[in-house]
Amino acid sequence: MNMINKEPERHEIEALLPWHAAGTLNRRDADRVEQALAGDRELARRYDLVREELAETIHLNETLGAPSARAMEKLFAAIDAEEARSPRRKRSLDLGTRISEFLGGFAPRTLAWSAAAAAVAILLQAAVITAVVVKDHGNAGYTVASAQNDKAFAAIRFTPQATASEISNFLGAYKATVVEGPMKGIGGSHYRIRLSDTKLSSEEVGRIIRDMQAESKIVAFIAEASPPSQ
Amino acid sequence: MQATSDEVLIGRIANGDRLAMQVLYARHHVRVFRFVVRLVRDEGTAEDLISEVFLDVWRQAGRFEGRSAVSTWVLAIARFKALSALRRRPDEELDEETAGAIEDPTDDPEMSLEKKNKSVLIRKCLTGLSADHREIIDLVYYHEKSVEEVAEIVGIPENTVKTRMFYARKKLAELLKAAGIERGWP
Repeated sequence: MNMINKEPERHEIEALLPWHAAGTLNRRDADRVEQALAGDRELARRYDLVREELAETIHLNETLGAPSARAMEKLFAAIDAEEARSPRRKRSLDLGTRISEFLGGFAPRTLAWSAAAAAVAILLQAAVITAVVVKDHGNAGYTVASAQNDKAFAAIRFTPQATASEISNFLGAYKATVVEGPMKGIGGSHYRIRLSDTKLSSEEVGRIIRDMQAESKIVAFIAEASPPSQ
Repeated sequence: MQATSDEVLIGRIANGDRLAMQVLYARHHVRVFRFVVRLVRDEGTAEDLISEVFLDVWRQAGRFEGRSAVSTWVLAIARFKALSALRRRPDEELDEETAGAIEDPTDDPEMSLEKKNKSVLIRKCLTGLSADHREIIDLVYYHEKSVEEVAEIVGIPENTVKTRMFYARKKLAELLKAAGIERGWP
């Protein structure tokens, strides 16, 4: 039985157990917790307590019922009253929303029916990532070079069928940030992503890249990369 | 068939699309109601509040930047409304609620009969937690919010989220112990 010897580390892992039980940890933390649980019987016992609390919290909330139709009627009466007073002017949707809506209208299978459609999807995906993802992390590209050199980067190409929201969720789960792209390369457009805000060992970088590579529905290619040129 | 994402719905709501508002409401109103009713402990108040929450969603959709999930944004609005409503409540009502929250479960004769049923007892103790502790336990366990999302909804640092969750669970264990359930933790 390999109990976690370092008490602070054990405490840190134990603090994550509620989120592990709820399935809301990122892959990296979930792996850490799984490894700790496998080697620490007491931690595993405490995890059972967490799971018990989780089940009863869900049960409790599910018995709370739902609001009556009155709430919805009141809401839409208020909306109608507001619109009657001052109808809102339609704003033009931003590029990201428009492309997201356009892509969202197609099932991946429909998009894959011909090479031409696939090419369109890749082109639009690049536009979405540039317009939405890169914009959301807009400050990332302006860090100073010395700071950038301390961080880990990777070059990544997404699969044509990965949607903008899947890519955004994927980057969020790994706490990764798109800092550059799209760049033309063999097989399609690549992006440079920052893997961490802190310095990582080469083993850690290798593990993250392997984990990301395993997400084959989203990632077509990934490899460690140099920091972006300033 | 792929469901329209919440983010797309918000974009349409920003343009005054009433149907998109109905879809978003249908998707989230039950969970938002349950989150609010656990905070204010009154179904009538909670019903009034969710109308206000979704009216704010309608009004502010154009300002939603997509930095967080729509459900996280809506829960943050709901929390603000619930706390504002609690502040408007007369002191005597709040005193009653506080008394209910710290009530010793062993004083309840009904509780003694339920000792055999651990599940019922855990649920009773969950309702006996303070508002802060009920809130964090619900957000993590029922609303499936990550550490980062809870921090955003409650407006506290991520480390405080973990600490508060730990103390909420510790308090739950104490209530259970007082009710005769010894779990061997903490």
